[in-house]
This record gives sequence, structure tokens and C-alpha cells, in this order.
Amino acid sequence: MAVKILALESSCDETAAAVVEDGREVLSNIISSQIDIHTLYGGVVPEIASRKHVERVNQVIREALQAANCSLSDIDAIAVTYGPGLVGPLLVGVSCAKAISLSTGIPLVGVHHIEGHISANYIEHKDLEPPFICLVVSGGHTHLVVVKDYGEYEILGRTRDDAAGEAYDKVARAIGLGYPGGPKVDALAKTGNPNAIPFPRAHVEDNGYDFSFSGLKSAVLNYLHGCEQRKEEVNRADVAASFQQSVVDVLVEHAIQAVKEKGFDKFAIAGGVASNSAIRTAFEKRCAEENISFYRPSPILCTDNGAMIGAAGYYEFIKGNVSAMDLNAVPNLKLGER
Amino acid sequence: MKILAMDSSGQVASVAVLENDSIVGEYTINYKLTHSQTLLPMIENLKKIIELDLTTVDAIAVAKGPGSFTGLRIGSATAKGMGLALDKPIIAVPTLEGIAYQLAGFKGLICPMMDARRNQVYTGIYRFGESGFEVLLDQTACGIEEIIDRVNELGEQTTFLGDGAIAFEEIIKAKCTAQVSFAPIHHRLQSAASVAVRAKEMFEKGLFESADMHRPEYLRKSQAEREREEKLNAN
Repeated sequence: MAVKILALESSCDETAAAVVEDGREVLSNIISSQIDIHTLYGGVVPEIASRKHVERVNQVIREALQAANCSLSDIDAIAVTYGPGLVGPLLVGVSCAKAISLSTGIPLVGVHHIEGHISANYIEHKDLEPPFICLVVSGGHTHLVVVKDYGEYEILGRTRDDAAGEAYDKVARAIGLGYPGGPKVDALAKTGNPNAIPFPRAHVEDNGYDFSFSGLKSAVLNYLHGCEQRKEEVNRADVAASFQQSVVDVLVEHAIQAVKEKGFDKFAIAGGVASNSAIRTAFEKRCAEENISFYRPSPILCTDNGAMIGAAGYYEFIKGNVSAMDLNAVPNLKLGER
Repeated sequence: MKILAMDSSGQVASVAVLENDSIVGEYTINYKLTHSQTLLPMIENLKKIIELDLTTVDAIAVAKGPGSFTGLRIGSATAKGMGLALDKPIIAVPTLEGIAYQLAGFKGLICPMMDARRNQVYTGIYRFGESGFEVLLDQTACGIEEIIDRVNELGEQTTFLGDGAIAFEEIIKAKCTAQVSFAPIHHRLQSAASVAVRAKEMFEKGLFESADMHRPEYLRKSQAEREREEKLNAN
């Protein structure tokens, strides 16, 4: 019998629910984005996000069940993101999922948000199985991870300061593109010269796999200030392209170095920034050169969504990892912790 | 008639089950643990110990606000999840009315207040008259001085309760010209049993909503919204 998971995700500004079968087949994947509202504030406002989640959570769950052509009685487990993320938003999903679980007796499975992003690859690539190396890049996270087995992770590197997506947002604001920065910088960069401005490629001394993006962000801001003082016109497309090239170079170099040094032949990317076209193209090219199998979720599975939580939740559920009614939101939950 | 009621609007977490004319069970704590860790385990425990089959419940009642934003959302999201799973409506009880029902049947005016910080309170003025429950001032957010003025205007004996009544006891005693009293400690704070009793009356009057449409009533906009509006108004 197939195992059906109803999954909820509300860690940031998307209210999302999905029904996933056996961790790999998406029967429905409903995402209610709040981006229009947060754009007014130049970024996600946690209190507003939390309020919107409460307003929409039931409709999103109902739509997910309807689109999957099932009812709660067909569901074997309820998976919910319980961290990391914004505590207010997380609490809405967690509270609602616990209430459904208690009301129906359907087991509850708390899922790590990053584990969800990584698991989006299982949906996209039915043949992908651990072990492999995965680079998770999003607005809040930059992690280089060995996926040893389902639900078993070793973190090789992480950002020391800004996440990659955060750097995109800050640079986008500085060149007047607004929020959300990632897609806007990516689009503008296509018309610019990536070698126009030599922005730095940061290396962290004591761990070659760690990342640092705050220096790059400062270099972009300094460059813009310098132009302003010299009254030079800024070519924003060149800034976007050169900044993006610097990010891409660092991500590719660190990730490929890890894959080779650790002796893997499979590499995956995940997270919101993994839908960035320059990053995808650069990895495709480099992995082909190095004879590494490259995996990436389609853009809709890169963004925060319920299906990825359903995929991760399935593998936790079949291992017997179920959660009790005291499951709490953990904003800074570490990968691999339960 | 069976109602599962909950209140997580303040520091107290409380759940209760009302069946016809009795409270079958109530579980209330006033402890430092967060509602996210306590509310569902409390419902689970209460359900078990009174052998409650949740499918037999007619409606879910929740203190809809005002209160702690996070606390309200934990209560509302819980009620919505239960309403969705059980296909039951939600009775959204104004928090201050729920608190006022701690003193249901008392003579005189009832003034529950919640400390909303910065000398602000969430409050209302109620009376249990001959024709039943009366709302003299619907729940609102205002300054402590403002509500004392209103009480003084009404000039009747008034009983204060709620955590705001504890926080502002000295000011109330000093500035109220009417005869004042304070609820005893076991009737002073939120109680899901009181929410359930109020909810039953509301349900009988058809005052309930679908679980999908329910949302908390914060009485205050988020800080970001307030600041944005101020900026827009200034321009």
C-alpha cells in the first residue's frame, strides 16, 4: 500500500500544503505566496506573515486534499516544518498540524526545513538515492552537506555571515531593484558583463568549505558609493552580473572541491536560490566536465513548498520518527537534530 | 450540546469541555512554558481522562483576542485545525467577554482588563443584568486613564479582574471614584470554562463561523503596518 503524507510548510512567507505518495510522487502541491504584501515593506515582516498564515492555512490544506483527490481518511501521516525559520509563522503550521493529528489520530512527523529542500531532489529525480553531496542555498541558508542516508547528514560548510539569498536581497536593494532580490538580480545580470567589475571571491581560512558573503556585499556597496562620489554613472546590469558571477564562482568552487575530495560522484543543489539560472548553468557545465552526476529540482520545488516536506516526512515516518503533541517550533533547529 | 473551549490569549493556558449544563473537565495552567508546548498536550490529556470522543463535539470555542499575538495564533490555528479535521464550526469568543464570565451573575459592573504594556490595556465594561449579559463598552485597546474615566462616568460599583487589574491595581484604587473591588485570585484570569459558557450562549444565538474563515482579532495592527501608515500619512 502506498503511503500518503499530508505536508504543511509555513516557515517564512509561503503558506503551503501538499499530498505526497511514497516520498516521491506529488499528488498535489499548493503554495499561497504572500510576496505582494511583503514587497511593500522591502522584506518579510514576521508578524504580518504569521497573520496571513492563520488566515490561509485551512484553505490551502483543503485545496491540497482536493487536488490530490483524497480526504483526511486517506492520509497516513501529517508532516510539518518545525524549524528552522521564523518562529511566528512556524507556530501556525505546527499548531494546526498537531490539532489535525490529535483530532484524527493520524501520526504527526516534524520535519526540518532544510531536509525538505534537499528532499525536493527525490521528487524530481526518482533514481536519486543517498549518499550524495548537496548544496542548499536560500534566503536564510547556505549549507554544504553530505547526505549520508535518508535523514542522516554531515554539514561540511556553512555561511559565516549572510546567506547567499540575503546577499542577493541586499545588493538588489542597493541597485534599486527591490524585493525579492534573487530573481531580479538574475534577470538583470543576463544583460550585463560578468567580468566588468572584479568583486572578491571570499575564502574562509580555517574551513575551506565555509562561505562568507558579507565582504562581497560590502564590496558592491563600496563600488556604488565610489561611483556616486566620482559622479560616474553606474551600469547596474554589470554590477548585477559581476556580483552574481562572484557568488557563482564561490559556490561552484567550494561544492566541486567537496565532491572531489570526499570521493562522491553525485551532487545536488536545493533551496530557493537553486532556481537561479546562472547557478544552475554553472553547475551543469562544471559537473559535466568533472564527470559528476548533477541533480537539481525544478524551480517550483526549489521555492518553499509542501511537497518537499512531504518527501522528507515520508523517510522520517517509515523510520518510525513520529512527533508528540508537545512538538514546538524551533527557529534555529540544526540539520540532523530531532 | 458539547463544546471544546480553549484560551491561550495570555500567560494562562486553559482548555475545557462543556456538555449541556455542566463543565465535564477543565485544565488550566499559569506557568512559564509556552502555549506551543502546553496547549495540545493539555487537550490530549483532558480528552483521555474524560474519555472524550472529539467527533461528538458540536463546536470548538476559542478566545479570539485580543491578547498576545503569538498566543492568539496558537489558539486559533489549533481551533482551525480541529475544526477542519472534525468538520465543526468555531465559536470565536471575545477574550474580554470570556474573562468577564469568570464573574457571571455578579452584581454591578465587570471590568476585565489585560495588560497591553506601555500603560495600555485591552478592556471592556460588562454587566450581568436581569435580561442577561450586557456589553456597556465593547472590548477595545485604550489607556488605563481612559478606562478609569469611563468607569467613573458610569459611577456604579465595579469589579476589576484580569492581569491588567493586577498590574494597575494601585492606579485603579487611587483614581476610581466609584466603589471598586477586585476578583479573588481563582476568578481573576482567563479560564476556558468561562469561554465555554459564553460560547454556548453565542452558539445558541447562531454566533459562530467556519473554521476556514476564522481568524484572531488582534485589535492592533502590526508595528510594520502602523509605521508604514504613519509614513504614508506624513507624506
